[in-house]
Amino acid sequence: MAAAEESYRLSNLKTLEAESIGIMREVAAEFENPVMLYSVGKDSSVMAHLAIKAFYPKKVPFPLLHIDTGFKFPEMYEFRDSYTKKHNLDLKVHRNEEAIARGINPLSVGTVKCCAELKTKALLDGLNEGGYDAAFGGARRDEEKSRAKERIFSFRDKHGQWNPKDQKPELWNLFNSKIDPGESIRVFPLSNWTELDIWTYIYHENIEIVPLYFAKKRKVIEKHGQLIPVYTDEHKEEVKEVMCRFRTLGCHYCTGAVRSDADTLPKIIEEMMVARHSERITRVIDHDQDSSMEQKKKEGYF
Amino acid sequence: MEQNQNIDLLRFATAGSVDDGKSTLIGRLLYDSKSIFEDQLNLIKTFSKTHRNQEIDYSLVTDGLKSEREQGITIDVAYRFYSTPKRRFIIADTPGHEQYTRNMATGASNASLALILIDARNGIVTQTKRHSFISSLLGIRDFVVAVNKMDLVDYSEEVFDSIVKEYNEFADKLSEESIYFIPISALKGDNVIERSENMPWYKGSTLLDYLENVNVSGGRNLTDFRFPVQYVNWGGGDDFRGYCGTISSGVIHKGDEVRVLPSGKTSQISRIVTYDGDLDYAFAPMAITLCLEDDIDISRGDVIAKSDDLPAITGSLEANIVWMDSDSMKIGKDYLIKHTTKTVKGSFTEVLHEFDPDDITEKSSEFLSLNEIGKVNLELKSPIFADIYSENKITGSFIVIDPHTNQTAAAGMITKYRQVSPAKGCESVKARVIRYSGDKKEDAQANYDRLSMQGTHCIYVDDELLQETLCRGVPVGSEEYSQAIDGLCEIVTRSGVSVVLCSESVRS
Repeated sequence: MAAAEESYRLSNLKTLEAESIGIMREVAAEFENPVMLYSVGKDSSVMAHLAIKAFYPKKVPFPLLHIDTGFKFPEMYEFRDSYTKKHNLDLKVHRNEEAIARGINPLSVGTVKCCAELKTKALLDGLNEGGYDAAFGGARRDEEKSRAKERIFSFRDKHGQWNPKDQKPELWNLFNSKIDPGESIRVFPLSNWTELDIWTYIYHENIEIVPLYFAKKRKVIEKHGQLIPVYTDEHKEEVKEVMCRFRTLGCHYCTGAVRSDADTLPKIIEEMMVARHSERITRVIDHDQDSSMEQKKKEGYF
Repeated sequence: MEQNQNIDLLRFATAGSVDDGKSTLIGRLLYDSKSIFEDQLNLIKTFSKTHRNQEIDYSLVTDGLKSEREQGITIDVAYRFYSTPKRRFIIADTPGHEQYTRNMATGASNASLALILIDARNGIVTQTKRHSFISSLLGIRDFVVAVNKMDLVDYSEEVFDSIVKEYNEFADKLSEESIYFIPISALKGDNVIERSENMPWYKGSTLLDYLENVNVSGGRNLTDFRFPVQYVNWGGGDDFRGYCGTISSGVIHKGDEVRVLPSGKTSQISRIVTYDGDLDYAFAPMAITLCLEDDIDISRGDVIAKSDDLPAITGSLEANIVWMDSDSMKIGKDYLIKHTTKTVKGSFTEVLHEFDPDDITEKSSEFLSLNEIGKVNLELKSPIFADIYSENKITGSFIVIDPHTNQTAAAGMITKYRQVSPAKGCESVKARVIRYSGDKKEDAQANYDRLSMQGTHCIYVDDELLQETLCRGVPVGSEEYSQAIDGLCEIVTRSGVSVVLCSESVRS
């Protein structure tokens, strides 16, 4: 029996994969109108890949929704369109056009306000307009301390708000999907994955990711210790070419690159294993104020 | 890289009373194993200095909510991760406050080991017992008891010994299989990762060493194949029709004969489909898609099992319940019962008894309120396909949802069921053949006794009985003898009775 036990053992990554696929199927079965939030980053790539696996050989039975601030990296838009087309995924894009028309950007109103308008409001409106009752997000519990507290099925009230002090107990793999009209559930199928798991899985499964994750010489300026990429002719005199890559992707105004020579997946994983800083250190918005992520989540942000 | 792919995973939950230092211990484990990034550590250090007037408050590592840091307590489970070269860990750091007991159960339900903290100064308190009891009820069989704050009792061996003695006396009433005691100081780091020089009298493992090497017993049932159908994958203009789900227990091979509940129809597995290609076999907890040879009407909530080993079809349960809602249980009220992939209506008919967590004694009770634990009878309006929790965690557990508030009101663990009789429209009931070789007579007898006590209809068949009846004169071990046994088992299981078979000529 010992030998048989051994051949019936699932590795860490296969266990995580099975758990995530189970969660996605449960949502597809129990909700009327689910949607997968797709931010084009590495976690989104893994999440979309798992969705394709979960419903193979059929098409993924729900759309992907990209909340677009208009300030994402050009490489992200290019990747988004080619990836979803190649895999026959139903891509929807939502933008807060009104705020974009008003010229809202992090330089004009600051990051807190900018996120509130272009991300949180756009997200809530996008979910509302689509009438979605469940929305997948790629957040992981290892990312940030308030995310470590999330349930896998995380309840949101009629206004999309999270109440961290009154979360439903979540037992075994039995998820409570009962909600009233107007309420919704955020679902986090990657809850138990770590950043290293994500990279190792991308490597083993040969998952496509935005090329910005790989190191190359890029034009940047240095601001508050962050390497901010430059896409226009502004700041000409401060621009320098640095060998760098991105550990996480957001808006190009607010996402810094890290100095790195890692231009292949094995090199990235190696770099990860000795990393001494969290991946979100390059995300300006996480450092606005103490508990800023918890606050944003309460208001409806992912 | 390959190591991370194949490394194994231990999920454990912390338990114990408030201020026993759970968060501090987890913080220390993460800090000492270098699992906290520098930028996060710097934030914690700054907060520690300004708000707590100390160099570093390790509890801030896990107490991630603003209100937790303000109050200095843990409200909800924090899931934390760390790895060593030997193992990967998921820690459910659970709250100690009685008010948040349900969050403790949330963390413990997926854990295979409980780390119970005791403050050496206070010894065993009600919450220690309550949490130990809940962990035990939820099926955790391996406990590590860390006697913390040893620095505050002068690292006294006598204090440690008396706590060990007291806990062991209490634990006699639990169904744990192993308890390991370690004297530690989470704050100073004694016996957490480094061996303590302050306690030369302690010869056992450090906590990290123990967690890295402990062989967690059981938990996974590889015997009884159960596949609750989660999602039917079809349509879109081709002929493909597959049944998606996660294998709850057991193993399935291509070609195996299966029976579908509740219809009772049989078929063979024609394909085990995954994105990475078809498989020859699959096992729990893999998420797969099954295709059958025959066109049978199957929907979400149905169960695919093997023909000679079926779960019970039951609408009448006895179960242990942890009540988690601020609205108390109402006898006779309709609740929603979510069991595997099926949700049915059901109501509690009676509370058999409530457990006093202090000494695990039974007391009478009319209903259960928030954080209370009891044994109840439950009647369902439609049958489910279930097993006893101690045999099968997935098919033996359910949650109770209040249909008015949508709250998850309780967690339930099935201890007994009454079968729906075949005459009531269900073609098959739980029936299976459990085979033992001739030298396992005691095990076979014990299993038979246990099944009978649970209310399973079963018969015990051994060579003595066979020689007296069906196989008179047929030599034991002959092909004819084996065929006769198989034929008998087939007839009996079709009638819905389980067979415990113990014979010299058993074949697997």
